[in-house]
Order: sequence, then structure tokens, then C-alpha cells
Amino acid sequence: MFLTVLYAFIFYAAFIILVAGLAFKIRQYWTTPAPLKIPTTPAPTTTTGVVFRMGRELVFFESLFRSSKWTWIFGWMFHIGLFLVLARHLRYFIEPVWWWVELIQPFGKYGAFAMLAGLAGLWARRLLVDRVRYISAPSDHLMLALLIGIGATGALMTYVTHTDIIALKAFLLSLMYFDWLNMQPLPGDPILVLHLTLVAALMIIFPFSKLLHAPGVFFSPSRNQVDNPRERRHLAPWAAKLESGGQQ
Amino acid sequence: MADFEIPEPKEIPVIPRVQPGVMSHSAPFVAKPNFQEPLGFPGELVDNWEDVAVKKLGELTGKYRSLQVYLDSCVKCGACTDKCHYYLGTSDPKNMPVARQDLLRQVYRRYYTLAGQYFPKLVGAVDMSKEVLDDWYSYYHQCSQCRRCSVFCPYGIDTAEISMAAREIMDAVGQGQKYCNEIIGKVYKIGNNLGLPEPALVDTLEGLEEEVEEDTGVKVRYPVDEKGAEVLLVTPSADFFAEPHVDGLIGYGKVFHQAGISWTLSSHASEAANFGMFIGSYENMQRVSMRVREAALELGVKRIVFGECGHAWRVAYSFLNTLAGPFDFLDPKYPVPQHICEVTHDLIKRGALKLDPSANDDMVLTYHDSCNVARASRMGDSPGGQFFIPREIIKAVCNNFVDMPPDTIHDATYCCGGGGGLLTDDLMELRVKGALPRMEALKQVVDNDGVTHMAAICAICKSQFTKVIPYYGFGMDMIVSVHQLVSNAIVLANNEQ
Ligand code: HEM
Ligand code: HEM
Ligand code: SF4
Ligand code: SF4
Repeated sequence: MFLTVLYAFIFYAAFIILVAGLAFKIRQYWTTPAPLKIPTTPAPTTTTGVVFRMGRELVFFESLFRSSKWTWIFGWMFHIGLFLVLARHLRYFIEPVWWWVELIQPFGKYGAFAMLAGLAGLWARRLLVDRVRYISAPSDHLMLALLIGIGATGALMTYVTHTDIIALKAFLLSLMYFDWLNMQPLPGDPILVLHLTLVAALMIIFPFSKLLHAPGVFFSPSRNQVDNPRERRHLAPWAAKLESGGQQ
Repeated sequence: MADFEIPEPKEIPVIPRVQPGVMSHSAPFVAKPNFQEPLGFPGELVDNWEDVAVKKLGELTGKYRSLQVYLDSCVKCGACTDKCHYYLGTSDPKNMPVARQDLLRQVYRRYYTLAGQYFPKLVGAVDMSKEVLDDWYSYYHQCSQCRRCSVFCPYGIDTAEISMAAREIMDAVGQGQKYCNEIIGKVYKIGNNLGLPEPALVDTLEGLEEEVEEDTGVKVRYPVDEKGAEVLLVTPSADFFAEPHVDGLIGYGKVFHQAGISWTLSSHASEAANFGMFIGSYENMQRVSMRVREAALELGVKRIVFGECGHAWRVAYSFLNTLAGPFDFLDPKYPVPQHICEVTHDLIKRGALKLDPSANDDMVLTYHDSCNVARASRMGDSPGGQFFIPREIIKAVCNNFVDMPPDTIHDATYCCGGGGGLLTDDLMELRVKGALPRMEALKQVVDNDGVTHMAAICAICKSQFTKVIPYYGFGMDMIVSVHQLVSNAIVLANNEQ
């Protein structure tokens, strides 16, 4: 029971930090003006074009593909694996489980390997290439260790020890529906507990770390701007003030 | 020839191993108070400069979304590490774009992020200190703001934005760079970077008219301050003097002459360059830009055309409308502003210029895409026009054209090594070393395809190349202006206007 209550608290706290932190950052990005047009050209001249450009960056990591094939292979493997794994995890939180989440279960399982292999490759690059080693802070290594830890404990459960998924789901649903009086117990397998601890840590760090690249990529002016400065003016509020207050 | 080692151009370019600190001695002269104050900056390092710097950083992250997002988003993937010509040419790891950003990011993290406030060691955050300021001064003046790194970063993180912000902070604490700030002051006082006053400008252009008439027998005009002309031409002041720039200016005049377009230069806006961008100062960039608007109004022109200059075209194309618009008093048939290459290309397509490409048969040409044109602007109405329009002009006026290797042209072009406010003698070592990747690419086409000349459309590129190319064993007359080629090929008729 102690374990259940403790993890209930941890997850509520982690969730609040994650959501509030991200909301704060996204609001900050949204409200900070972009006073000048700075898309890296050639850039699309229409909004539709920009949607496609961003889409290619998000799905294929287009720029990364151009710059470094090894980083691209490992990075893409990791993110696709991560995406599959997270999609597969939806079954713990949704009742009844959506059809497409059911559909990806069998092969989604292998997402863990893609993810782990990708992470291993990225870490090897970080350790072996002198330029990348030079720019790495301890936090960059720890982030990879954390994700490998999550992936490894997860994969252990999927392929080796297994845990009581029915009970876990009951616990998670009672958290989600604030069903505190009827709180279902969290299974106490050490591997699961470790998995969850690391996941909570990841959620807490997310809005304070470089993981902000996930929301950040949508706000990057060099990628998300339409190339139309000769047709339209783009006065930021603070710049407009300069104009009316200054010369003229 | 030099008191530093000149890098050896390799057949197959190699990415050097990191050699920490090898360029830490490189720094430009600091601006004296008389160069700082006219721009609205403190004359010398203020007493509480640490606080001022940190505050200014916070102010800028609130004013520029780019800076805020870029400081947060870098994942240290390393994709940009081998993309900067200054890293490739010097091996100093702080010239890797991400490491250059980190010089600012480490301070941002320390003062503006929780992780940096509580766990500075873990995330590489440091206090603002003299060492940090020295590093900033040195390495943010080893960035030509060419944006090559931005092309290759998965989030488009543009180190140019970061180094502009850093330079603005340094100006705010009173440690500005002499070269840029002195020049901006000259524009305010006299109207152009060279400090060439109106009478001298008029003289120079009269001399040019005589020279062209002697050469061709045709009276081509090079007018200044002529009210009622159709086109105001704004061109870098280097075009009035320097070689091969002036041959380009001769070319613009011939194009206008041949097309029967009346045009004029302005003594008030006798400068296309806008070093306000290099120092990241919106206010100064706007102040310089306003001169173009004022000149256009005063002269009553219908169109504004910019001459061959890279960063000037970025400011003109991407910012001018925002900074000094709206230009609703000009002829709405034409985009504002236009690039001289757009004008010439259009005329060529319409068959309005008589050209004899055999006039350039003594040359085999290649073309250097200037960074600011390639990655920060456009020509024509479709994306990529900035690549094909100059090339189509060259091909229309020359019979022999070869491109350099694909990973060194178009939006992957390498900087000449002298852009971004670094075109000063106190940074000679940096300029020579930074030119290495371009020189390697050039050497390939020289060796394999017999290229004899390289054309450029940027005043800085032209000056930089003519100066550093001899270090690599090429002749300085190898660099030509695009409109110099046009000038050679154009068959003039005597159509008095
Ligand atoms: C919008 C969705 C996302 C996009 C487009 C995206 C894109 C990228 C790209 C292009 C890289 C650089 C290449 C690489 O090292 O893999 C990267 C790195 C990274 N991403 Fe993401 N990412 C996204 C979401 C996430 C999420 C949700 C996580 C966290 C769990 C994450 C964790 C990481 C990590 C840890 C790295 C650094 C890997 C290293 O150390 O080399 N990303 N991301
Ligand atoms: C509250 C959130 C989470 C819960 C309750 C949870 C729970 C679990 C459980 C029970 C398994 C075993 C599945 C099985 O036996 O078939 C598992 C597997 C796994 N988990 Fe998690 N997990 C969570 C979050 C995450 C996150 C955020 C990641 C990645 C960053 C992750 C990565 C993995 C991986 C890679 C596997 C193995 C592959 C798979 O079964 O899909 N987990 N997780
Ligand atoms: S903008 Fe150009 S000079 Fe500056 S870091 Fe990036 S690649 Fe290097
Ligand atoms: S490519 Fe972009 S994200 Fe990767 S290290 Fe360089 S700046 Fe950071």
C-alpha cells in the first residue's frame, strides 16, 4: 500500500511538472515575437509549403539526413522506436483500447530494440567522435543513460520477467480517474518499479532540459517561416514602438 | 608571407581533429569611445558589466523568439560540428557552431534555467566572468554569420542569430568591435562605409563615364542624385573603387543604358551595406535602412534596385520592407527592392540586351554563391532563384561555365571567410584559414576543369578573395564580378536617353 501511495504521489507530481512546465515553455515560445523574417532559404513561399517542410523535418529528420548519415540512422531509429513504444503504451491508459493501438502491438514490441540500438549508436558517437565528445556535458550522457535505463527495464518486462499488466492498468486508471477511495495497488515487481521511477524522472526533467527540442522544433523561425518579406511587413510590437517613437 | 601557418588545401577535404585553444588569441580591435557613442553604446566597459550583460541577454531572449528557442533546443547531436568553415580551417573546437552557441548558452543556463541555477556543473552552466567575455569577444568574432550550420541543424538552429545577440550584448556593456562600429558611424556621418563624400563620389563617377566612353565609344551615364530617374540604384561603396567591384558597377550602368532605363545613385544612400545586421542591432540596422527610403522619396524614383552585395541583399530582401516600409510610393509592378541580377536576368530573357558571350572566351568560370544570398534571401519568384538567376546570367554572357562540387554550392555554399563584419586586417589569420573549404573546392575545378576565374556577387566576397587567394597560390585577378562579365559581353548601341 505504501508503494502504491508513494507512486501515486510521484506520478501526480511528475505529471503536473511536465504539463505545467511544457505549457509555460510553449507559451513563452508562442508569445516571444519574431521581429524579422529569417527562414533558411530556399524556403517555401506559402503556408502549405511550410507545413510540408516542417513535416519532412519531423518525420524524416530531413536536415539531419543531409548533414550526418550516422547520426541520422541512429537518431531516426531511436525516435521511431520511441514513437512505437509510446503508442503501444497507450493500452495502459485507455479503456477500451483504440483499434490502431491494438494493431501495432505485435510489431510495436520490436520498437524497444530500435530504440535501444539507436540510443547505443548515439552514445557511441558521443563517446568516440572527438568533436561530439567535446560538446557533451555530463547531462548529455546522463540523458542517454536514463533513456537506455527506461528502455532496458521495459524490454526486460516484455521479454523476460513480465509483470501483471492487468493490475498495473487498474492502478493507472484509478490514478487517471482520481478514484482515490478505490485505489488499485501497484504491482511491486522491482523491475517495474525501476521502470516507473526512471519514467517519472524523465517526465520531471523534460521541461528543464534539451528535451525541449520536441516543442522547440515547431517554433524554429528558420524552419517555420514563409518566405514573403517583400510582399508583407513583419513588424514586431516592440519594433513598431521604435518606429513611432524614433525617427520619421 | 604570413606569421601563421597557411592551411594546406587537400584533394579530398578532411575534418580536422579538435585542437582546443588554437585560435583563442584571435580577436579584432576593440572600438574606442568615439566609435561606440554615435551608435548609442557606452564608450568603454561599464563598471557592472556582468549584470548588464546578463540583463541584456534576458532582454534579448524576450525580444527574439529565435534566440529563446535556439538556446533551449540544441540536443548536442553534433551534426553541425563539421559544417563551419572556421572550424574546418582552424581546428579550434570553439569554432564548431554548437560550441560557439554554448559560449552564450552556458551563461543563459546559469541565470535563466532551473537546471543551471541548481546544477551548473551537470549541464555546463557558468557564471558571467571576464574569461567568458573574452571568449565571447574572440569567438563571436570568428563567426561570419553565414548560416551554413543552420541548414544542417535538425532544428535549423542558426548560430548567426546567437552571435548577433552576443555582439549586441558586448556593445551594450561597452566592448564593441572597432571595424563594424566605425563603419556604421561613417554611414551616419557621410553616407557610406568608405567615408566617400558627395563631391568625391561625383568625381569618381565622372571619371568612370569617361573611361567607359574611351573604351567603347559610347556615352554610358553614371548619374548621382538625379531627381525623377526611374531607378534608384543602391550599391556597396566598394563598387566605386575596388577591383573587381568597379567593373561590376560599369556593368550595371551598361545594362540600364542598353535597356533604356533611367537610373541614379544617391549621395545620401551611397551604401548598400548595412553593418547594423552584423552587430545584431535592430535600431542601427533600421537607421541605416531609413536612408534608402529617404533617398527614394527625395529623388522621386519608381523602383529601388540593389547592386551586387551579399549581406546587403539579405537586409534589402528580407528586412527592408519591415524596417523602412511600406514602399507604397513606388511602382507596384516591381518587387521592392529588386536585385540587379533580377533586372538583368529579366532583360536577357526578354531579349532586351544584345550579348556576345565570346567576349569572355578567355575565361573558364565558376560561381561562388554568397552565403547571405544563398541562405537568407531569394531572387525571382520561386525558391532557389538566388542560385539559378546568377548562373543563367553567367551562362548567357560566357561560353565556359563549371560548377564547384555540389556540397560547396547553392545552400551548402562555403563562406568566403570574410563575411559578418570580419573583413578587417586585424583578423587576417582567421580570414585566410576560414577560406580553406572554398579554396579546396576551387582548386578541384581549377585542376580538373581548367577553371580560370571565379565570379561573385558580393562586395565582401570579392574583397576577401582578392586578398586571401594569393595565400593559396592563385592570382588575385581570378575574382570577377558577375556584372563585369555582363559588361564584357554586352554589345552597346548609342541610344541617347
Ligand atoms: C517532436 C518530436 C521530436 C522530434 C522531431 C525530435 C527530433 C530529434 C532530432 C532530429 C534529434 C537529433 C538527432 C539525434 O541525436 O537523434 C533528436 C535528439 C534527441 N531526442 Fe528527439 N525529437 C522529438 C521528440 C523527442 C522526445 C519526446 C524525446 C524524449 C524522450 C526525445 C529525446 C531525444 C534525445 C535524448 C536526443 C539526443 C540524443 C543524443 O544524445 O544524441 N526526442 N531529436
Ligand atoms: C507511466 C508510464 C509508463 C508505464 C506505466 C510503463 C509500463 C511498462 C510496462 C508494464 C512494460 C512491459 C510491457 C509488457 O510486458 O509487454 C513496459 C515496456 C516498455 N516501456 Fe514502459 N512504461 C511507461 C513509460 C515509458 C516511457 C516514457 C518509455 C520510453 C521513454 C517506456 C519504454 C518502454 C519500453 C522500451 C518497453 C519495452 C517494449 C514494449 O513493451 O513496448 N515506457 N512499460
Ligand atoms: S554561421 Fe557560419 S561562421 Fe557562424 S558558426 Fe555557423 S557556419 Fe560558422
Ligand atoms: S546540429 Fe543543431 S542540435 Fe545538433 S548540435 Fe548543432 S546546433 Fe545543436
